[in-house]
Amino acid sequence: MLTTLLIVVPLAGAILTWMLPLSRESTAGFALLVALAEVGLWLGSARNFDFGSDAQQYSANREWFDQLGISYAVGLYGFQYWLVGLAVVVGACAVGYGAWVGRENARAYFGLLLFLVGALVGVFAAQDLIVFYVFFEAMLIPIYVLVGVWGGPQRLKATVTFVIYTMVGSLLMLASIIAFGISQGTFLLSEIGTSSNDWIFLGFLAAFAVKAPLFPFHGWLRLAYTEAPPEVGAILSGVVSKAAVFGLVWIVLPHFPEPVEDFRTLVLALAAGTLAYGSILAFRQPDIRGVVAYSSMAQMGLIVLGIFAVNDLGLDGAVLHSVNHGLVSAGFFLLAGMIETRTGTGRFSELGGMAKGRPVLATLVLTLGMFTLAVPGSTNFAGEFAILSGVFDRGWGYAAVGAAAMVLAALYALRMISAILHERRGAAVREDAGDLVGNELMLLVPLVAILAVLTAWPAGITDRSFPADGGAAFIASQEGVSTP
Amino acid sequence: MIDTPSVDWLALSPTLAILAATGLTLLGAVIVPRASERAFSVAVSLAGLGASAALSGVVFDRSADPTAVVVQSMTRDRLGALAAIVIALVGVAVVLVSAGDGRRSHVGEFYALLCAAAGGMVFFVSSGNLMTMFLALEWFSISLYVLCALDTHRRQSLEAGLKYLIVGSFGSGILLFGCALVYGATGELGFKAIQEATGADDPLFVTGMAMILAGLAFKVSAAPFHMWTPDVYQGAPTTVTAFMAAATKVAALVLMLRILVTAFPEQAEIWSVAVAVLAVCSLAIGNLAAIAQTDLKRLLAYSSVSHAGFLLIAVAANSTAGTEALLYYLVPYCAATVGAFAVVAAREREQGRAVTLASLEGLGWERPFLGVCMWWFMLSMAGFPLTGGFLGKLFVFSAIYEAGWWWLVVIGVLATALSLAYYLNVVRALYMRSGEVRGDLVVAGGSPPRDLLLEAAAGAGLVVTIGSFFFVQPLVDLASDAAASLPF
Repeated sequence: MLTTLLIVVPLAGAILTWMLPLSRESTAGFALLVALAEVGLWLGSARNFDFGSDAQQYSANREWFDQLGISYAVGLYGFQYWLVGLAVVVGACAVGYGAWVGRENARAYFGLLLFLVGALVGVFAAQDLIVFYVFFEAMLIPIYVLVGVWGGPQRLKATVTFVIYTMVGSLLMLASIIAFGISQGTFLLSEIGTSSNDWIFLGFLAAFAVKAPLFPFHGWLRLAYTEAPPEVGAILSGVVSKAAVFGLVWIVLPHFPEPVEDFRTLVLALAAGTLAYGSILAFRQPDIRGVVAYSSMAQMGLIVLGIFAVNDLGLDGAVLHSVNHGLVSAGFFLLAGMIETRTGTGRFSELGGMAKGRPVLATLVLTLGMFTLAVPGSTNFAGEFAILSGVFDRGWGYAAVGAAAMVLAALYALRMISAILHERRGAAVREDAGDLVGNELMLLVPLVAILAVLTAWPAGITDRSFPADGGAAFIASQEGVSTP
Repeated sequence: MIDTPSVDWLALSPTLAILAATGLTLLGAVIVPRASERAFSVAVSLAGLGASAALSGVVFDRSADPTAVVVQSMTRDRLGALAAIVIALVGVAVVLVSAGDGRRSHVGEFYALLCAAAGGMVFFVSSGNLMTMFLALEWFSISLYVLCALDTHRRQSLEAGLKYLIVGSFGSGILLFGCALVYGATGELGFKAIQEATGADDPLFVTGMAMILAGLAFKVSAAPFHMWTPDVYQGAPTTVTAFMAAATKVAALVLMLRILVTAFPEQAEIWSVAVAVLAVCSLAIGNLAAIAQTDLKRLLAYSSVSHAGFLLIAVAANSTAGTEALLYYLVPYCAATVGAFAVVAAREREQGRAVTLASLEGLGWERPFLGVCMWWFMLSMAGFPLTGGFLGKLFVFSAIYEAGWWWLVVIGVLATALSLAYYLNVVRALYMRSGEVRGDLVVAGGSPPRDLLLEAAAGAGLVVTIGSFFFVQPLVDLASDAAASLPF
């Protein structure tokens, strides 16, 4: 019931935002209120959440479409709880940023933003393949319009490439879902059992490889992340990409044990390639969002490494790092937006010297940068360390690539920090461009605060993602009805 | 004394209600004063079509077991009743859309012909032998030929009417030839009797079946029998196009399924392959051609060809699930189609010229309600979730997968991916302007005129499009009641 509420509140809020004839400011305020209520609801749901249990929490299951055996089934396990939390927190920050900047056609804008948050929560809470697919696709509807209408100059091209890539991936997944679900007679994840069909597995993998994205399916990434409004970019890179994490952890691993075994080397190689390639590209980008976009891709590669290690350390690390990366990347997108509103550009060649006289901005850029490069002791370090130790079991080569990528991360993060803050004052940085103001801090400080808490206590997530006997055992126990 | 057959008036009542409306509007065109001619015609047509839908509902309720009526010329069953309800409701929506079309001449005649066409279709879907089938086909086709050409001041409209007449007659000719061959081979006219009498190995019999299929494929506008579709859809008055795109498809597909399953079950191996081939051709041609279109009516015409492909996949499944999928799919399809043409009609009236992707630009901001409607109609046609179009496609794919034709699922999925290119193009035109101008412009010269009836029709379309997603089970229950009347 509570899960349904978590999905419905933003969706209902979206419709209300769109329908109520409020002024621009009140619309933004109303949307922010809904987003904060959603965060409150999520926090409140932690109270009775039994993280150690291997039973679904707050589950709901209703018949929806008998003939095909589709039911509306949602519910939460520990790792899903954290992904939902990521969605609602980043969503609230994004709404807050939009409210602070002020957007044209506010009713449509905030309506779509809330709709996106609702769809994301739905994705992370789904316990039925069709419900999952419905929300997975429904995310595209607001993203398409949000980027296409409110985006940058190349927004049309960005939306087209984004939609083509993701739709081809998800339609292949739809074919797989139909083949899998019809042959098993149910779409319910807890009952659908396992399949050893490589083609069905590859259909799912295609969708998630595009969504993550894994090399070489990342063609949409640069334009979409750069042309989107900053707060939409924050959701895209921070949260939407985590739909792939959810899909891999909760659909692919438990239900395709044999294909996972067979294709493990391929996926691990792709993930390692993504990690290395993304890191190198991030180092070569000429602007803030480019760096954040490709570093985001690299981190997703790392997370997939952890997932496909299929052991306790890898899985715990993947969940923790998903949250870390979501927060850091969202924070950086918002920060990029704030810098762009001050200077009109995100290009390093025109930035520089912003630290002088802007201590708050400098502190935040530096702090988030330190998280990006996973400075030892930080929660990002904990996540990466867990992932790399996990994947070490599968071959030391992957861990070596990962370790090398951490060095690259340091390179691109430091390059970005110094290009923004240090060096000579850039052409676009005016003397009177101000420091961050209270409203902006109210968006960024919570993100950093959560990261700080996780730094002190990463076990807060890693111990609460999967039931007591560990992630790998839990996933192996999800086979349900097995087929010959 | 000649024996007269007993007549089941209830089975005929949906048709008769519409026919009464036809007669009254035609009479009204002569008697009622000019000033109130439109109001009178609209009211009478709505009453007739609405009554027909209600009576079909009664027939549906009371026909749990299919019965042959009026000496087996008709079948009274739930399949026909359900299709009749859909056709009549499409008719109601089209009348609402056309109420504000500003037509100056032939007002009464327009509604009379529209009702006549609807009546023909309602009769067509229940026909139980080759003669009534052909009679009803010609009945609604001739009404539509005239309707297409009704805008006599527009050359395109005349052209559309003529093209439809020639190609349509050709299709009817093929159908009639096929009927003759089947009759020649079996000596029977009734669908059921044909199946019982079958001398199945006769090559003429199979040829006849193929020709009947081809003749119906003309009406469904399935490729490669779709050549007339884009020109006729573009040239005909937009409201007529809406009616053709939605109602004709319902009628022709339901009857195609009925005759194939009832009369030719033993040839299923042949015809299901043929239907699958038609489906693949329609999907390929419809989607590829639609991508290149800029005129919105042509675009929707090709999109309707591609939907014919999806619907034919359901026919090819040759199963109860396929029938349910077909009937379910038709509901959001009709809603989105009529709704989309309603929006096109609104834009056409506002600008006084044909609607292209370029002239659609900005509609979403200028007329928010119609924009949102059009947006969701396009999403539904493209098969996005939260719309009935998604579940329709899912149901169709599942049915054909269960029938063991997994490669049709793959083709259908690929076609869906292709179709996104043009459906999302429309959405882009609605909301996203090219260049640097953001979507905050208002139309010059104040707000455009509002047409409440048209908006009501579009709104109803939106409600059905989205409602059929959330309340799929009741709809599918109806469809499965209807599917039970076919002998699978």
